[in-house]
Amino acid sequence: MNTNFNVTRRTLSVLVENAAGVLSQVSRLFSRKGYNIESLAVGTTDDPQVSRITIEVMADQAMAEQIMNQLRKQFPVYSVQELLPERSIRRELVMFKVKAENADTRNEVIQIANIFRASIIDVSLASLTLALIGDESKADAMQKLLESFGILELVRTGMVALERGAYTISDENKEKAEFNLGKAAL
Amino acid sequence: MKMKSPQVLMECLLEQGVDTVFGYPGGTILNIYDEFESHGYKGKIRHILTAHEQGASHAADGYARATGKVGVCFATSGPGATNLTTGIATAHMDSSPVVFITVNVGESLIGKDSFQEVDITGITMPITKCNYLVRRAEDLADIIREAFAIARSGRPGPVLIDILKNVTYDEVDYEPLPLEQHASHGRLAAMLRRASHDLKTPEPDHGDIQKLLDMIAEAKKPLVLVGGGVIRSKGAVPEFRKFIETLNAPVASTIMGGGACPGDHSLFTGMVGMHGSHASNFAVDQCDLLIGVGCRFSDRVALDPATFARNAKIVHIDIDRAEIDKNVKTNHHIIGDARRVLQLLNQGMTPHDYPEWKEWVFSHKEVPLKKDDILHPHEVLETIQALTGGQAIVATDVGQHQMWSAQYFHFSRPGQLITSGGFGTMGFGLGAAMGAKLGNPDVPVIHCTGDGCFRMNCHELSTVEHYRIPIITVIFNNRTLGMVRQWQHLIYGERYSQTDLDRGPDFVKLAGAYGIGGARAATQPEFEAALKTALDSGRAWVIECAIDKDAMVHPMVPGSTPITDFLLD
Repeated sequence: MNTNFNVTRRTLSVLVENAAGVLSQVSRLFSRKGYNIESLAVGTTDDPQVSRITIEVMADQAMAEQIMNQLRKQFPVYSVQELLPERSIRRELVMFKVKAENADTRNEVIQIANIFRASIIDVSLASLTLALIGDESKADAMQKLLESFGILELVRTGMVALERGAYTISDENKEKAEFNLGKAAL
Repeated sequence: MKMKSPQVLMECLLEQGVDTVFGYPGGTILNIYDEFESHGYKGKIRHILTAHEQGASHAADGYARATGKVGVCFATSGPGATNLTTGIATAHMDSSPVVFITVNVGESLIGKDSFQEVDITGITMPITKCNYLVRRAEDLADIIREAFAIARSGRPGPVLIDILKNVTYDEVDYEPLPLEQHASHGRLAAMLRRASHDLKTPEPDHGDIQKLLDMIAEAKKPLVLVGGGVIRSKGAVPEFRKFIETLNAPVASTIMGGGACPGDHSLFTGMVGMHGSHASNFAVDQCDLLIGVGCRFSDRVALDPATFARNAKIVHIDIDRAEIDKNVKTNHHIIGDARRVLQLLNQGMTPHDYPEWKEWVFSHKEVPLKKDDILHPHEVLETIQALTGGQAIVATDVGQHQMWSAQYFHFSRPGQLITSGGFGTMGFGLGAAMGAKLGNPDVPVIHCTGDGCFRMNCHELSTVEHYRIPIITVIFNNRTLGMVRQWQHLIYGERYSQTDLDRGPDFVKLAGAYGIGGARAATQPEFEAALKTALDSGRAWVIECAIDKDAMVHPMVPGSTPITDFLLD
């Protein structure tokens, strides 16, 4: 078995039944073990009966495997995959509301936004709101630059992620067979 | 055909072959209880009214453990539902199949802190295999069918169904569906379709089986550790016995595995872990191959995971993938139903023998048991064993008497030891014994308890008396919380904080108040005479045994220490 004890940020993708209570059923497994969820994003998929939850958590290999097995035991959970950074794309939308009380500041902020390909989605006489799509390094870099102007508010959607290429979470794999075992019915 | 949803519920219970339900009525569940009278379901399903919902929950659990069928328990909303939670958690920890049915307030009152409203599906999420809130009468039959299937299959466990009160007024179409067709209809069929693989317990991987056979061929000092999975898996015990007899190696057991290997078998080393025998614990320490079947290496077994079976390759056979590498790191695992895995192993097994290894393991003896003019715990159990021909079902509470029961009674079949192994629920025994007896009317049922445990739920004696359930309660009365006192004696410098139970009631008088016969025993002959009278009477009985306050459970290894660090002896 894998004995990698490095705690790193890991991305878990979970397909679940789109029903009341399922999100708390999933998130309690993390809180029970004392794992803090770094980021969480939920939404329906192409099938309105199915939601996809993307969870980022600080964990080592053994911790991640344990929690994935626990997740697979839950009846409303259809599939669980760890999305490895080198084989997946991760994006998050971050909105920054920045103090910009004069034309010079506004121009500077707009320049930074252009460099990062962020869009300006709201303007007032005292502020600018930017929306940036990217992974955390891009968001962090932009945040550092904007701090000097004064960030009034910041909100993140939480990271979403997909495997690269044609492979999908629902494809056959050994884990899938084992995932059924935990909740074998009949 | 159209019928009211409570009637649908009763019909669905009959589809499952349910003949006994434990429960307690109340405001919201009135419509369901009315069915027993209005449509005569009391003639088809026996309802046992307990003194407390907790007693009902343990009785349904005990019934399930002793019969292998799914137990059923009813309760009303709010406090009725929360009183079930200890019973649900007990069933969950020991993988016992029970369906709990509660009725919540109506849709218009939900979320308004209405009278006796509680979010019981939220509360029981971590202690059920699965739970449901029924908001529409059309869903009821489907959900009940799915709930029973989930409770009894795979790794069994409790399921809770909470029904909104307004649903119990609704009329709905009900089509009878025989049990064998459930998998091809409704939600269950959808669930089975959803996964591309069969949701049925898949076949164990044959490569994994072969790998274990190869490991066995190389091993010089193998040890088998059996847990509750072999008890829960139907038909696994004969395969297990064939397996151990072909392997011909020592067999240790967790408390939940009691009965998988006969207690007097020549290969049996006894219980393992905190109160495990010297033979078991030294065997774990020195074996070179540990084959765990249906156990979960809990903290009471693998006391210190880092040193547990330190010289061995550990192989874990379990139906639940999430158990693998959870508590101890393993070298190999096989996922599957214990019966099927053992059957496949048996097909590939050749007879082995390990005379030197066995001789070494069994050279570790226990301290000789005391025999003088006072009554010793082992004598109580030996007497029960002798007078019931070893056939009795023993239901226990939790503490010293539980360990003594597990150590000194020789269990020989699954479902014979009914005990709260995982959750350690004091007050479990009496309810569980009632359920076990109602499920096995022809087998003597002995409820072993302590004075502390018995006081917790002794009000169920009223149920025992009312339904004439002939169970014999044996109280190991040492006038203290013995197990806690033992820890205080060994680890807390004999500071006996809040463990003295030097107080009433007079248990014989208490039994009398409930209309049940009672007796006291301070010596082995007195106990033997009392037990004989009780067994011959064919009625419930309470026998209070005077046990020395300082009697201890031997051996003992404290938690989180190497498994051979015996504190006593």
